[in-house]
Amino acid sequence: MSNSNPILKLVNISINFGGLRAINRLSFQVENGQIFSLIGPNGAGKTTAINIITGIYHPADGEIYFEGQALSRKRPHQVARMGIARTFQNIQMFQNMTVRENVMVGLHTRTRSEFVRCLLHTPMVRKEERAVRRRCDEVLEFLNLTPRADLLAAGLPYGDQKRVEIARTLATAPALLLLDEPVAGLNMQETHEMSDTILKIRERGITVVLVAHDMNMVMGISDTITVLNYGEKIAEGGPQEIQNDPGVIEAYLGREL
Amino acid sequence: MENRKEYEEVSMPRSLRHKDVICFAILAVVITLIPVFVESKYHLIVLNIIGLNTIVVVGLNLLIGFAGQISLGHAAFYGLGSYFSGILTVNYGFPHWPAMVVAMVTTGGIAYLIGYPALKLRGHYLVMATLGFGIIINILMGELEQFTGGHDGLIGIPPLSIGSLTFDNDLKSFYLIWTFVFFCMLAARNLLRSRVGRALRAIHGSEVAANSLGVNTASYKVKVFVLSAMFASVSGSLYAHYITFISPSTYDFYYSIQVVTMVIVGGMGSLWGSLFGAAVLSLISEALHVAKQYHVIAYGVFLSLMLIFLPEGVLVSIHHFYQNRKLKKLLAAEKGGLTG
Repeated sequence: MSNSNPILKLVNISINFGGLRAINRLSFQVENGQIFSLIGPNGAGKTTAINIITGIYHPADGEIYFEGQALSRKRPHQVARMGIARTFQNIQMFQNMTVRENVMVGLHTRTRSEFVRCLLHTPMVRKEERAVRRRCDEVLEFLNLTPRADLLAAGLPYGDQKRVEIARTLATAPALLLLDEPVAGLNMQETHEMSDTILKIRERGITVVLVAHDMNMVMGISDTITVLNYGEKIAEGGPQEIQNDPGVIEAYLGREL
Repeated sequence: MENRKEYEEVSMPRSLRHKDVICFAILAVVITLIPVFVESKYHLIVLNIIGLNTIVVVGLNLLIGFAGQISLGHAAFYGLGSYFSGILTVNYGFPHWPAMVVAMVTTGGIAYLIGYPALKLRGHYLVMATLGFGIIINILMGELEQFTGGHDGLIGIPPLSIGSLTFDNDLKSFYLIWTFVFFCMLAARNLLRSRVGRALRAIHGSEVAANSLGVNTASYKVKVFVLSAMFASVSGSLYAHYITFISPSTYDFYYSIQVVTMVIVGGMGSLWGSLFGAAVLSLISEALHVAKQYHVIAYGVFLSLMLIFLPEGVLVSIHHFYQNRKLKKLLAAEKGGLTG
């Protein structure tokens, strides 16, 4: 760990909501190419951690480094441009758009046509548009969404919407992908497929930070697991270590009397 | 194998683009041919008013339907276009085309000054800001007499011309106005099918998600507000040069409500809906001309009914109906494929 080159590093991050300290001096680092899981009971601060990394919240204290650059004052769209993408616990679909269009928004940071050019539909816009479509088709294919491409996202079944969200983030060609509860509400088969997808994403060289409650999945695919409770890190290690950690067992199941 | 065929039927991005081309071709043909069938001067005037409203509504729809922000001050931007064009040409002898451009750019700048602070705040502050702004501008039109002619209005605005062609009657103005409508709609369509348009629609769908995908949502909202004000300004300039007389009552709060209603009736986020909404409501407005005092009531009732029964607007509702059918067909086909 000590001589590694982490893609993401949190150093002593703290944040308060009103009088509540939601995260307290949290530090961890994610190695390049890992599947890194953040787990913990409800309210432990997992989603808050993701919101801090992506610039939705700014930490009261501490610093975040992504590929060596400090992140803590950046705004969400700037964070996205640096190569960090995320999904949301409660699906944030662009309901009024088709699946393909949803994914095309993911290519926003990879293209640069602005208002005037777009109004005039200049050759540059056309060229970009072709590239966007090509890339978009690849991503749709990767997530088996091609048959759904021209349907409005709003009407799709829940599991499909989850995949559209991931497709959208992959279109940004991120270096780091933060998945907030990607399997919540999915049935067993869908969960299984999602695990495969996450492994395939990692194979593409994308580092994954996973927040999930499904222990089978977390234990099955994670390289490193960090356990949070009440905004603090209580354990870190491989799946084996975590499963046998008395502190973790206590946090989840309570203490034996 | 059976399934695959279904899929192909369902996904047709290419034909979608063709559909657009066909729609614009039809629009061009209709515009060209309408004067052949419409001879009455009155009908031409109504059509010209529809055209002018369409330009405002297309711009406003970019803001409401795509970026999800509401303006209740578009009468002011429409009015600023008219008054800048009128004042510059009548009082200062400006040539009319440059005056129109100056009007558009200045109006855009003013919109920026309102939109920037209002859109920085989360929530619907733009509604409040534009509501107040619209009323202030309308009062200024009446009070700044030495520039605007006050409540009596500004008279003698010259008609537009290109070379020796002067757009000085209803027929010529028809072609001028509807050429503008055509190109405004085309520009809007270009925008919508582009990176910027998708980003705007994404903001409407989920601001936080759009932001997380790299869209600078704050900046885009201000920019689209400025753009929509510029559309209104251009339409206002055309109006001033067409009617050659302007007075504050044209640009009152009621007009702002009218254009918002047109957006909602046609369908928020629907380009062709903008044309539809502008046409239908301009006609209703004309039909009620004999009983001006019932105007407001009629609009109020109409707006309420729309929001209760067809909140997505007429054209968008029809579109969604077909989309849903497509989805059901696809899901049914998949199910059939799994079991059979």
